[in-house]
Amino acid sequence: MTRYFTTEHEWIDVDGTSATVGITDYAQGQLGDIVFVETPEAGKTLSKGDDAAVVESVKAASDVYAPVSGEVTEGNAALADDSSLVNSDPEGEGWFFRLTLSDESELDGLMDAAAYKSFVASL
Amino acid sequence: MSEPVHNGRDDDKHARGTELRGDPQGADDAPQVETLPLDAWHRARGGRMVDFAGYHMPIQYEGIMAEHGWTREHAGLFDVSHMGQLVFTGAGADAALEAVLPGDVTGLSEGRMRYSLLLNDGGGILDDLMVTRLPASHAFEDVEGPALYMVVNGATKWDDLGYLREALPDAITINHLDERALLALQGPEAVTALARLVPGVDRLVFMTAGAFDWQGAGLWISRSGYTGEDGFEISLPAASAEAFAEALCGEPEVKPIGLGARDSLRLEAGLPLYGHDLDAETTPVAADLGFALSKRRREAADFAGAERILAERETGPIAKRVGLIVEGRQPVREGAAVLDDEGSEIGRVTSGGFAPSLGSPVAMAYVPLALAEPGTVITLNQRGKVHRGTVTPMPFIPHRYVRKGATA
Repeated sequence: MTRYFTTEHEWIDVDGTSATVGITDYAQGQLGDIVFVETPEAGKTLSKGDDAAVVESVKAASDVYAPVSGEVTEGNAALADDSSLVNSDPEGEGWFFRLTLSDESELDGLMDAAAYKSFVASL
Repeated sequence: MSEPVHNGRDDDKHARGTELRGDPQGADDAPQVETLPLDAWHRARGGRMVDFAGYHMPIQYEGIMAEHGWTREHAGLFDVSHMGQLVFTGAGADAALEAVLPGDVTGLSEGRMRYSLLLNDGGGILDDLMVTRLPASHAFEDVEGPALYMVVNGATKWDDLGYLREALPDAITINHLDERALLALQGPEAVTALARLVPGVDRLVFMTAGAFDWQGAGLWISRSGYTGEDGFEISLPAASAEAFAEALCGEPEVKPIGLGARDSLRLEAGLPLYGHDLDAETTPVAADLGFALSKRRREAADFAGAERILAERETGPIAKRVGLIVEGRQPVREGAAVLDDEGSEIGRVTSGGFAPSLGSPVAMAYVPLALAEPGTVITLNQRGKVHRGTVTPMPFIPHRYVRKGATA
């Protein structure tokens, strides 16, 4: 399994054509206390850049974009009951959705962990 | 992921869909942002700074939920030095101020304060404010003779100054106390913590104020605030602000609190925020602030916008500010539409968010009078998604002010 990162502060775990998407620890720290997450339903087709999910902190609402194109296979149902998982375990239990990649070449431009770390350090 | 977009008017420059940038204060070539006396102190304490009302201010320290809860249970220290502190002197300053406000100022006794409004001729609200009659002995240097002290909103203070300079007779001098900081200490343990540093503050009751001394600095302290909790607002020289804030946060009851929790606390307390829940198109009757119109002034009908405002009191406003408890978990925020059964927009949400002490989203909205009764279910539309809210009397969380005659 390979983990990629985007400049939009998302992570993507890729295993074959299956991908899991979430937001990074840096992103949850910027958002603050998360009180609501809306994830996409299974079967939804997303193109790269589409609005895929909504995350709301006490202070503000933010969109989560589809970092790659594909068909959603699962939204993280646990977030409906406990959205604070995104704060406590953003790069684990706090994942947002899974999808089947429709264009693996979209992964080419993404960062690895080291590149993302330097990207965040440069902000 | 996108930049947060529903922080209110100070974030208008952020279009939905722009990428999240590392530092919210950004490198925009925005108007010059100024620095307040506690700037370095906030940063040293880990405050995350944002631009607010033209100043760098802390939005949060450890997190809004934790800071909100701490203030409801203990005592939170807020820096509100961006607000305008004005002193009015000159013979007849009370009568002159009364002429531009709809409340009773001439009848205000020394050390007593009152909530009031600046109104335009159409009855629209230009600002909301607190006015206090100063006693002969007060904390303000270079202020001679009978005087009144006023605190106005930070974002409107320059407009207010222009309006007041125009409206008040030449014999009245307006002193803008821009060399003073303003702190608020709020929460059930505020009195315990503050009285340890400033003995005697426990003798103040809600909406009274007095002069105190801390290590030679003249403090003007009122028992008032913007959280619904007991607490104090403390005006002090900018040069003493950092040492005083440090001393307060050395008390076990006190932690510094950012603007984020200030907003969630005031929302739960049902207190309107100027520029969001109140503006120049809104009358005091529509805003449910009728208490700011004194009986004597209503009878005299001698304040700005009296004709429209008094007519609205008789016939009812077209729309009224109400509180809503929103179903589900998703906050419905400023800008969401109030819909009728046909789906037409008939009102607006003016403030909204997650209420940490209630564990539910709440909002303030203007709705047609027929829908303003408690228990009415209101349909809301936010970004194409329908939500439901129930009209609920405010405050959402009971006020816990310490009033005269109450036993501590």
